[in-house]
Amino acid sequence: MNTILALAGVVIMELYRRKDFYVLFVLTVLITLVMASLSFFHDTGIVRYVKEIALLLIWVSALVIAVGTTARQIHAERENRTIFPLLAKPVTRGQVIVGKFLGCWLACGLALVVFYLFFGVISGSREHYWPVLSLFQAFWLQWVMLGIVVAFVLLGSVVFAAPSSNATISFIVVFGLLLLGGHLNQVALQQPEPLRSVIYTIYFVIPHLEWYDVRDLVIYDWNRVPWVDCALATVYAGVYSALLLFGAWLVFRRKALNL
Amino acid sequence: MSKLLSALILALLLAGCFSLATVLQQRAPHWSRRAQSDNVLKMVFGDGRRFLADGFFRKADVSFHSGFYPTIFDQANASQDTRHLTAKEGEPEAEEHEKQMNFLGPPRDWIERFGRHFAVTTHTHLEGKNEREILPWLKVAAELDPQKIETYTVSAYWLRDLGKYKEAEAFLREGMRNNPESYEILFELGRLYSENLHEPARARNVWELALRRWSDQQAAGKKPDLRDLDLIAVFLARLEENDGHPARALELLHIAQKASPNPQALQPQIDDLKRQLAGQAPSPAPSSH
Repeated sequence: MNTILALAGVVIMELYRRKDFYVLFVLTVLITLVMASLSFFHDTGIVRYVKEIALLLIWVSALVIAVGTTARQIHAERENRTIFPLLAKPVTRGQVIVGKFLGCWLACGLALVVFYLFFGVISGSREHYWPVLSLFQAFWLQWVMLGIVVAFVLLGSVVFAAPSSNATISFIVVFGLLLLGGHLNQVALQQPEPLRSVIYTIYFVIPHLEWYDVRDLVIYDWNRVPWVDCALATVYAGVYSALLLFGAWLVFRRKALNL
Repeated sequence: MSKLLSALILALLLAGCFSLATVLQQRAPHWSRRAQSDNVLKMVFGDGRRFLADGFFRKADVSFHSGFYPTIFDQANASQDTRHLTAKEGEPEAEEHEKQMNFLGPPRDWIERFGRHFAVTTHTHLEGKNEREILPWLKVAAELDPQKIETYTVSAYWLRDLGKYKEAEAFLREGMRNNPESYEILFELGRLYSENLHEPARARNVWELALRRWSDQQAAGKKPDLRDLDLIAVFLARLEENDGHPARALELLHIAQKASPNPQALQPQIDDLKRQLAGQAPSPAPSSH
């Protein structure tokens, strides 16, 4: 466990050494503040468009950080040939995979904490009420969802040759899952057999990332998701993350380390 | 030496930025007032701005429903009409809209059933001054497509509802500048004068102009909406009746009856006006300017 935590610590240090997070955070802050400073029909009480834009930027930034950070992990170790001294120590390939996953996931969590703190301050200062539990739930669900994304990108990093191709394919898959994943059953019902069964099977196999997007509940001040459902969604994400990590380990343990 | 050079370059760039800003500052307001043909947004987006404007108008509708809105996969059952955005509870448009928004249906499987715990699944409309939340999207939609008339009428309806009469008038006048042939914007402007600013003379003039615009469009073969003619004629008739011009009111109600989907509903008012006219000497109809 110490080995895994040490590997994770290195990844987290990498997050605050690189500029990705700072650039994305400053951009999010700037765009949100400019939008918040606009006046529409001299009405200062309008706030939801600011929340909508800020949350969209947070979602995009978090995905960029998650995919960008994870995609280069294994590849950078192999390219710099630091993977050899790393594995020469009593560190197994499984521990490398889990350590990298944990580091990337925790790094995403740290970034999300900063983003949600900013969002909470902006929305609270304009709405004059502080839905702390709703924000925590939105943060938690997004972070859990990023666990699946990080595990998926880690699998991609041992399958694809370059971080760029891995990142591009991961973005396409993640956006596809978020936008279409929940509607595949409707699409399937309109298709003839056997296409219907094929699409329905895909629908049941893919991880349903759209569950974790509760932005509308936050923006429009709806009630929170029941905590039991939150817990079930967490277990669901945990299972998918574990499966993807297991797949990554299966590929990585037989992979030649030379580039 | 290199530090001095860097400082000089920086100073030069700052001076350049300042000079550019002074030049652009004078020209930028002019760009936004340019004619439609050379509008900055049109130059940047081309005809794609209409698509974007539709997207922002839809975003206003989503906001009006607090996130409960059909996706492209539900569009077969979704509302294409925008009248629900300005319909009060109990009106036929609102009832029709309630049926159209029942697009969700029972969940098809456990994934969909569970997923509904994380999504908005109740059909509601904004209320209690929260309607203001749709205004930013409408404003952007109007900037992107100044020829989308519903943007002005829906915005003005809610601005009136929020008590922002000056803003409503200014926005409608902007709409009129961009759409001089629109009877819809004139009708909404007339409602503002009649119901909110209590200026019946201006309301009459605007509604008379709206009637003429409607007739012009019909004469040009553009098939204007009969429901709008019905509304303009009924509202103008009410105004004329209140001003003591029953003959003109009767004339307008006959026009409305021809356009109304439910002409029988207007018959009691017509009968009432006929009785009034029979009991008094006819007053001269006002000149319509």
